[in-house]
Amino acid sequence: MAPAAVVPSTRLAVEYWLLTYRRNWKGSLLTSFLSPILFLAAMGLGLGSLVDAEVGSGRDLGGLDYLDFLAPGLLAGNAMMLAVNESTYPVLGGFKWYRTYMAMASSPLRGRDILLGHFTYMAFRVTLASFVFLGVMAAFGSVSSPLAVLAPLCAALCGMAFATPTAAFVATRINADNFSTYTRFVIMPMFLFSGIFYPVSQLPIVLEQIAWLTPVWHGVRLCRALSTGSGMEWELIGHLAYLVALILIGTLIANRTFTRRLYE
Amino acid sequence: MSLIAAWGLTKRFGDFTAVDGIDFEVERGEVFGFLGPNGAGKSSTMRMIGCVSDPTGGALRILGMDPAREGTKIRSRLGVVPQQDNLDEELSVAENLYVYGRYFDLARSMLRTRIAELLEFVQLTERANDHVEPLSGGMKRRLTIARALISEPEVLLLDEPTTGLDPQARHVVWERLWTLKRQGVTQVLTTHYMDEAEQLCDRLVVMDRGKIVAEGSPRQLIERYSTREVVEVRTHGQVTVMAEALRRLGESPEAQASDELYERVEELPDRVLLYTDQGERLVALLGEVEHESVLVRRSTLEDVFLHLTGRSLVD
Repeated sequence: MAPAAVVPSTRLAVEYWLLTYRRNWKGSLLTSFLSPILFLAAMGLGLGSLVDAEVGSGRDLGGLDYLDFLAPGLLAGNAMMLAVNESTYPVLGGFKWYRTYMAMASSPLRGRDILLGHFTYMAFRVTLASFVFLGVMAAFGSVSSPLAVLAPLCAALCGMAFATPTAAFVATRINADNFSTYTRFVIMPMFLFSGIFYPVSQLPIVLEQIAWLTPVWHGVRLCRALSTGSGMEWELIGHLAYLVALILIGTLIANRTFTRRLYE
Repeated sequence: MSLIAAWGLTKRFGDFTAVDGIDFEVERGEVFGFLGPNGAGKSSTMRMIGCVSDPTGGALRILGMDPAREGTKIRSRLGVVPQQDNLDEELSVAENLYVYGRYFDLARSMLRTRIAELLEFVQLTERANDHVEPLSGGMKRRLTIARALISEPEVLLLDEPTTGLDPQARHVVWERLWTLKRQGVTQVLTTHYMDEAEQLCDRLVVMDRGKIVAEGSPRQLIERYSTREVVEVRTHGQVTVMAEALRRLGESPEAQASDELYERVEELPDRVLLYTDQGERLVALLGEVEHESVLVRRSTLEDVFLHLTGRSLVD
């Protein structure tokens, strides 16, 4: 007779994802290295030399070199991009193509174990990539505060503020038809207009106010403050609270949409 | 006490009623089948038994527990072979068993020996470290069965276990399921293959449009819903003309002399089926009707099935 009491837990679902990660960790780490190197070299150094010459390391960038301004913003933006990738196709695949979630659902694991297991893994991936990003930033000499070691954690929060509602939405989709529209017209504009490449104060006031609402702007502000060590203590708590609130709301909605899809 | 019991079990999706108030019981150690055409509600019923779909009506008890409240506990004692394979194609054969065993929180050391035993059981030992993706359909099915057995379940649920397999692969699967039955593993399966139901099931129910239309052992069902034999009469000419002649034959003085010559006549495009308990006598009288060839065979579950669920397609 089988052991009567199995205690299901999120940890057991995470094990699955880590096993798949073990199969492709090399490729995924390499990408995590290369992408910041390319961005920081091209935009931070290349474009940055022009900006610094024109603006003169000026007032508008809060006294920062363009590279030092850009790098922490990209750290947050990169986390967002990765988290969106991890919460679109792999989530639909879990229901539809690979049916990983369905296999889990037939075991003692509960809907919330399945959901939180995948979210935990996504957070792990984004955190790891963000620490790699920070390492590259340091190599480019654009880290000026010891507090910077906390920046990857904030980037991961920023990523998960996207991943949780995205996964909640994806769980309601029959197919991947809207995914590229979503990345192109929702995520990409946020990447471009949320203070990663220039302060949002450069935008018309309406766009600036919209930018304040995007999770990525909060992530960018957090990462920039931590990597440059420049003040704004109270504001930081507000940014953190905003991201955490989004993650909680996203997880609650995802719990509903996942449960509906798994046990219809 | 029965292992699984349902009273008025119902599943509705919006306006559509997939399972319409069915009653059944499954006893320990038996192989119980749900037989029915596509869309009869077999899979919906299996999903409710597997505790991955909440009933919308009626009552269901599995291992004495209520799936709505103790789904997790019940699932820890079930093994599930879904209709659509959901193996992880990027992991190896052994890793698939390992990771599924971990969902049940089984100890790693215990899993190692159990995986070796199960791979032996489903004849996949040589493929243990291969990826799943290139395996044949039959191998994947056997692996899915091994995976369902990893937790030593008390009940094995098999949703169309051999659909899509070639004859050799089907027989290997059947033979494994037979072995499990001898070991006392209770099995609940769905199928739309008559031979499968006849080979494997101790008892089965025939489902049609969400309802149970018949219940019993394959033998009992044949006795109850069909005749002992079926005489198939073929013709080159018009089937309707021959069928008419055969009906007249049934009313002739010779036919009326003793027991009823046949119970039912069924016309197919190229032949007429006569359901009878007196095949030989019927054939002896056939000389009076123009025909091409005659075949007398025993009634099968397929005759029962087609009689109960009809020949027309319900899509």
